[in-house]
Amino acid sequence: MNINWFKYSSPQTFYPLAGRMIPWFAWIAVIFAVIGLYISFFIAPTDFQQGEAYRIIFVHVPAAWMSMFIYMVMAGWAALGLSLNARLPAMMAQALAPTGAIFTLLALVTGSFWGKPMWGTWWVWDARLTSELILLFLYLGFIALQSSIDDPRKADKAGALLALVGVVNVPIIYFSVKWWNTLHQGSTISMGAAPKMVTTMLLGMLFMALAFWMYTIAVALMRVRCIMLERERASDWVKVLLLKATGGNA
Amino acid sequence: MRAVVTLLRRDLLLAFRRRSDVATTLFFFLIVASLFPLGVGPEPAVLSRIAPGVLWVAALLAGMLSLTRMFASDFSDGSLEQMLIAPQPLPMLVIAKVLAHWIVCGLPVVLLAPMIGLQYALPNDALLVLVLSLLLGTPALSLIGAIGAALTLGVRGSGLLIALLVLPLYIPVLIFGAGAVAASQHGVSAEAHLSLLAAFSLLSLVLAPFATAAALRISVE
Repeated sequence: MNINWFKYSSPQTFYPLAGRMIPWFAWIAVIFAVIGLYISFFIAPTDFQQGEAYRIIFVHVPAAWMSMFIYMVMAGWAALGLSLNARLPAMMAQALAPTGAIFTLLALVTGSFWGKPMWGTWWVWDARLTSELILLFLYLGFIALQSSIDDPRKADKAGALLALVGVVNVPIIYFSVKWWNTLHQGSTISMGAAPKMVTTMLLGMLFMALAFWMYTIAVALMRVRCIMLERERASDWVKVLLLKATGGNA
Repeated sequence: MRAVVTLLRRDLLLAFRRRSDVATTLFFFLIVASLFPLGVGPEPAVLSRIAPGVLWVAALLAGMLSLTRMFASDFSDGSLEQMLIAPQPLPMLVIAKVLAHWIVCGLPVVLLAPMIGLQYALPNDALLVLVLSLLLGTPALSLIGAIGAALTLGVRGSGLLIALLVLPLYIPVLIFGAGAVAASQHGVSAEAHLSLLAAFSLLSLVLAPFATAAALRISVE
């Protein structure tokens, strides 16, 4: 069987494909989110230690998972774009970065909402919190570098290199922060010490994670479509598309 | 190898001809370090408690400020392009540039640090560890900083951008560097911190020149 794997690797062919895929992922995201929220608000039992306030972890934990996962995916696209010198992977990396940064911010904010009633403070210099904050800085650095280079091809390559350097550093930073934390303050608060999780809680978290995942794909595809139109505005296929969209008045 | 020595000598000579560049880095380090006692008060107990972190952060910032100069003048007068098309491997030339940057901007800070440490009421053995940790850690700062300098070459507002790119990557160096001094203050052996710091520097010596070379090729095309 002869499949042309590169058929959708050019913006021209990927644009309509992405357009067709967006509604699917968006609807799956909505369905998973409804199931996940239903489980987390109505089915999952009240925690006997933490009360109702613990329910924010159904947003917090999946957001934290996604924030790290998206950075890995972004670096993967960046590596692909750099090694093949291709446009589309670099565009995907650029499209993923804002979503990753938003999930990182969401994880930090929900974490501090959870921390206030549980630990009595908005912020502690816990190893995980600090690493998450540094991850946010890495995302912001990537976005800032890409947006300050005018030539898009150059911006792609520079951003890709930065993402790869970041990926090499993330484990080093994580372990150094972890070690710093254990040296400076004893483990007065440990999130890992929570009692074993009920299956329904895990299920709710899983559904929310899937919902976030599908949402990420849908939003990244939307954003990559915008990036394609913006960058390829001088090309023929965009002009044809515009003519069709405006009924020949463009 | 000859090319490395030649390039190193050239860069050092250039820096020597413009001595004020070296002086600004040093003065910046000095001023930042002198601001903290004015801010938090002159009690020796407090000062020696915050000294490792403050001195390391000041060294970090001083080294970072001079990063934009690492490739900028070579870029503007075209000699960087000559280095890119030279027969010698680019990562080796990058190592020469980084070494020159460290000798000009890193080493003076290392030498000045014990004097400021004295003002912060650090005990003698902690001073020794401070110098040792800076000696082991600042090369990593120059090496990682070179990647940021190469990526932001010819970019609008590169001075601020470089801070955003490079400072998060400096965090391990800060943790182990300041940790080493703090450990010796508490009477614990600083050996573990210093070993990790040296390991990090060696790792960046292996990886950073290649990343910098790739970044230079991207920036100058």
